[in-house]
Formats: sequence, structure tokens, C-alpha cells
Amino acid sequence: MAPASPPTTIAELRRWLERVEVNGHATSEALPFAVTEIDQHLPGGGLARGHLHEVIEGGPAGEHAAVATLFAAGIAARIPGPVLWCLRGRDLFAPALARIGLHPDRVIYCETWKDRDVLPAMEEGLRCCGIAAVVGEVTRLSLTSSRRLQLCAGETGVTALLLRRWRTSDEKRFAGEPNAAATRWRVSPSPPAQGPSDHIDRQRWLVELLRVKGGEPHSWIVEACDAEGNLCLPATLADRSAAAEESYRAVAG
Amino acid sequence: MDDAALSLGLTRGMTVTHAQSLVPDLTVLDADPAKDADALVRLGHWCTMYSPLVTPDPPDGIFIDVAGSAHLFQGEGALIEDLLHRLRRADISAKAAIADTPGCAWGVSRYGSGGIVSPGRASEAIASLPVAALRLAQSVVSSLHEVGIERVAQLASKPRASLRLRFGADVLLRFDQALGSVTEALTSLVPPEVPQRELKFAEPIGDPEDLKRVISKLCELLCPELERRGVGARRLDLVFMRVDNLAQAVRIGLSRPYREPVHLSKLLAERLVLVDPGFGIESAALTASWIEALTERQTIGRHIAAEGSDVDVGQLVDTLAVRLGQDSVYRCVPVESGLPERAVKRVPALDPAHGAAWPKHLPRPARLFSPPEKIIAIAELPDRPPRQFTWRHQRLRVIRADGPERIHGEWWISEGETNLTRDYYRVETADGARYWLFRDAPAERGGSWYLHGVGEA
Repeated sequence: MAPASPPTTIAELRRWLERVEVNGHATSEALPFAVTEIDQHLPGGGLARGHLHEVIEGGPAGEHAAVATLFAAGIAARIPGPVLWCLRGRDLFAPALARIGLHPDRVIYCETWKDRDVLPAMEEGLRCCGIAAVVGEVTRLSLTSSRRLQLCAGETGVTALLLRRWRTSDEKRFAGEPNAAATRWRVSPSPPAQGPSDHIDRQRWLVELLRVKGGEPHSWIVEACDAEGNLCLPATLADRSAAAEESYRAVAG
Repeated sequence: MDDAALSLGLTRGMTVTHAQSLVPDLTVLDADPAKDADALVRLGHWCTMYSPLVTPDPPDGIFIDVAGSAHLFQGEGALIEDLLHRLRRADISAKAAIADTPGCAWGVSRYGSGGIVSPGRASEAIASLPVAALRLAQSVVSSLHEVGIERVAQLASKPRASLRLRFGADVLLRFDQALGSVTEALTSLVPPEVPQRELKFAEPIGDPEDLKRVISKLCELLCPELERRGVGARRLDLVFMRVDNLAQAVRIGLSRPYREPVHLSKLLAERLVLVDPGFGIESAALTASWIEALTERQTIGRHIAAEGSDVDVGQLVDTLAVRLGQDSVYRCVPVESGLPERAVKRVPALDPAHGAAWPKHLPRPARLFSPPEKIIAIAELPDRPPRQFTWRHQRLRVIRADGPERIHGEWWISEGETNLTRDYYRVETADGARYWLFRDAPAERGGSWYLHGVGEA
């Protein structure tokens, strides 16, 4: 697919490349996080819909992926329409999803026990026009399967969210394997700002954008999803200190 | 012979005068074999709700091949229970058995305990039954009795050649049919008014790709007929006839009426793995055995669903349900219950919207453990949240906590819950992770601590 006239500026070239990358389709719309700092950082001003996004739990008890689950549910809650959730076990507790804006009437669960069943079920959901998002819980994701998911998502504009699950540290290593996801997030609980108290308010998360197509990694401390699934920056912590960010980049390599 | 007659001492083959002497006010009706056979066929048509392969076995039996359809009834046990329950409600006393072969099921239901004979156990199941359980003529049974052969096991130990010579080939044939070494074909019974299309092939086919083409062809033939009648299929039966005269059936259920050939053939193709083409298949028939009114014309299109509109997820739900099982695709709706593990009920994915959600003010964890995991927790004072706890060999220090949220057992559901109280606490550890703990009795009654869930925003 040759452009009508040769691209002259860098911006034009970039747009042209984007068009080529997404299978010839025009780039899909983005879902903003409504947190200016995050949206400004993401190409397109938000999470690209019709793409595959991967969420990894970074905190303790990572095998339960509790925070990652809520992060993904918050994203799905903010896209109107039904959601297909491909389970790989029975530990998901629906009332928690309802509390962050994912009404039970909107979620169709599809229960499987193996990655082998989750991925085709996700593909089936991604081929269904009008679905808001498909969430899948998997341990292993090969480059090929991730490309297939990405292709299905690109064709219909359904957003694919992938939760990485593992039971053992061996299985955890699979989460680091390369794949074709448009973004890769690591979400972990973040220590509270104040000291001991008898009251619990919104949890704080460390949200790390480990990889994004056409952008740089970054990390933010945010307050957990509210009743509509929106994140927000903590009032006392508008931006992270430069030192913390440097140390994170050193880790991410 | 029903139970009432048996309790009066009546038996089959009794003379009328003998019976009248036992039961003086007995009403005697002439037998009408033609009408009985007719009624049996009608009952057979009704039985096609369980499987497309139904063969009436006059005078008083019906064979149903449930191999390809038991999954629609949550397994064979549930199917047999459902069948007997429905027959009882219609005042038909019946016995039923499921076995590898029609012959074995025949014997076990009539002379054995009924129920399910596990695969490969046919010979054990019939060994202790009387020889009559082999579907033999009364004369053959009596001549077997004359030489002292009462049970099937005795028959099995005799040399085959002398059995054939003495009692005829029928004995061996029935014996082999019961064990499955000689196969017996069940035909499909299709009520005349049901939409059906059939294809016969000049050459036997067996290639999966060919079978897929046959399926789409049949769907394309059947759907115009459904449209003409203004109906959609809720259940489809696909029967392949093999060259060795064995039928292979596939049955799919649909969550709502459909007559869209692409969707229907896709669902049927999902179940194609269950079909063993053997040496080849010579004909195929597709039947819409359960239809429902469907008036609007169906169209498929891409990007037609506007935002927030009622998106049609029916096809998606059907595809997943056919592939993973009806129970694996569902929605969750709230149930008013104090106990968190009871607060969620599964409903079919396409049930109408429930509207209600769980109370928003009650914090709940993203992952709930079933059963709750026992932990060792230390609280400073009774009725205070723990200061630290040990979970999976990990000592966790609690920085912030909220609670208790007291939950009482539901004595109206289970008597064991009369004294059950749980005090739930949300706790946050030094690294910011959140846990949902409870103590299963107030501190003064010596309650112990459990971790019930993780992650809650």
C-alpha cells in the first residue's frame, strides 16, 4: 500500500507507519484513562481500543492477580457494552467487579480450565462486533496466539485484555515472554501514604507501563478504581519523584 | 405389568379365568396390538427430545441412543432421571438403563437393577441376569431351562458350536449383540411434520473437510424451509449413516431460535470431532427437532451495533456453550445473602437483565477463596483487627484495618449455621496489599481466624 504522495514530515511518516501496522485499517479510537499524565504519555491519548493489552500483577500473592484483575475490570467497565470474561478458575468474585462499575448484567463468564480453551474462547469473543471488551486469564501466551488475538481485535475493534495468571514461580516466568500485545502493564499495590490508622480509604496502585508500541515506558502512582472504574492521581502526589523513576528505568533496562 | 397388577399376584401369560379368580372385579379388555404399536411410536416421537436416534421396540420398549446428546442434559445420570420423572408424571411406569449396547440395556432395564452400566462393563452387568434378558423367544428360554442353563454366565461358559446346534443361531446373535461384538443399528425416528433435509452420496465420504461441506450444504437446504414456516431451530440433529449401517448422531442446542445457515453450520462443525466416519458415510440428515417461531429476517453485518445498543451476543454464547458445555457460559446475579460465598448465583448467559447489583457500600475482594484459608493472627485486644497474621508461611504486618462487618449464619438454610457469626475485617499490610479476613466467632468464644479473599479497592 503506497501513499498517494511521499510522506514529507516525520509526523506524516509516523501516521503512515501506524496505518501500515494495523493491517491497513485506520487506527482505532483510544479510551482515555481520564488521568492527564497517563493519557498524555500514551500514543493516541489513551488505551487503544481494538488492540491486545496485557496486565501483570506485580504485588505479593501475585498468583491471585487481584489488583491486575481490578485494573482490567476498570478498563472494561469504562467501555460501554457487554464484556466476555474467560476464566481459568473459580476464584473471581463478581461483587468486587460490580463495585468498580462493571454491572453483573454486562458480564458473560466463560469458564475453562486450560489456556488451550481460553485463547480460542477469547478469539470467538473478539470476533463478535459490539462487545466492549474480552478479558482472558492465561498462563502462557505464545507470540503466534498473541498475534491471532491482536488480529481478531483489530478487525472488530473489540478491546482484548489479557490477565497473566500463574501458580508457581516456574509458570510466572512465562509472563516475561515476548508477545504482540500493544501495551504491557504491571500493577501492584503501593504502600499507603500515611502511617497506621483505623480507617481504610482508596487503595493506591503502582501502575507501570512496561511496554507500549510507539511510546516510552513509564510508571505512576494512582488511586484505585472508583465506582465507575476511573483511576485518579493522589492529591498529595501529583507526580513521582525523578529519583524513583530513574531507579525504575534502571530495573526495566 | 405395572406394580399394582404385580401386587395383586397377576402375571404375564396368565389365563383370564385364573386372573378373575384372584381379582373378582377385574376389568378385561381385548388386546389391540396395532393400537399399542401406534402408541409406542408416538411415545418414541416424544423420546426424540432426548436424542434423534430412537427406535421403538414392540411390544413395550424403546431404544434411545444418547451417545451424542447426553451432554445437553448434564450427563447420563441426569438424563435417565429426567426421563423417568417425566414418564411417571404422565402415569407411565417405566424402567430405564444406559449401557454400551442396546441389548445390554434391554436386559439390565428389564431383569436387572436399571441405571447406568459403565462403559466396558456390559459382560459383568448381564452375567448374573436370567437368560431371558438376552431377548430370546419364550421357547428358546424354556429349552435352555430344561438343560439347567438359567443365567447368562452359564451360557457364556458353554461351547458356541453346540449352543448353535442345539438352540439355534439366535442365542449366539443375541448374546453377541448384548456384548457389542455384533453391532446393532438404531434408526432415527422423525415425526413427519418436523423440518428435515437429507443428502445421499454416490461415494462414501469420511474426510472432515467433506463433512464440513456437507453440514453447510444441509444447513443451506434446511434454513429456507425454516424461513418458509416462519420458525427458527432451537435444536438440531445431524445423523450420519455409515456404510456399515451404524448411525452417528450429533445434537446441538441453541439458546434462541436461529435459521442463519452460517451460524448453524459453524456450531455443528464444532461437534464434528464426536463423529467417527468408520469406513465412510453414505448419507446425512439434518433435522430441526425443536423449533420456535421466528418472524424477523436475520441479517449479519459488521460494525452495525451502535454504542450502547442491545448487542446480539446470542451467537457467541451458543458457540461457546457448544464448545465448552452449557454450564460453562453464564452470568452472575446477586442473591440476598449475608454469606459472601452465597451472594452470587449463576444464571444462563442470555437470561433477561436482572437489573440489581450487590450493595455498593460493602467492600468485597476481587478473588474469593473457597474454602477460606486458615491463618494465625494476633490481635491486641479482643474485637479488634489483627496486628499481624501468618498466611502460607508468610508473616504479614497489618498497617491499617477496617471493621468488623458482622455476618450471621442463615439458620433457615442449614441448622448448623444457627450459631455462626463471622466478623470480617479489611486489612492493609505494609506493602499496601489488601486482605479480607474473618474470625468465625467473637473473641470471647474463642473464634479462629481465616483469610477469605485478596484484593479490594
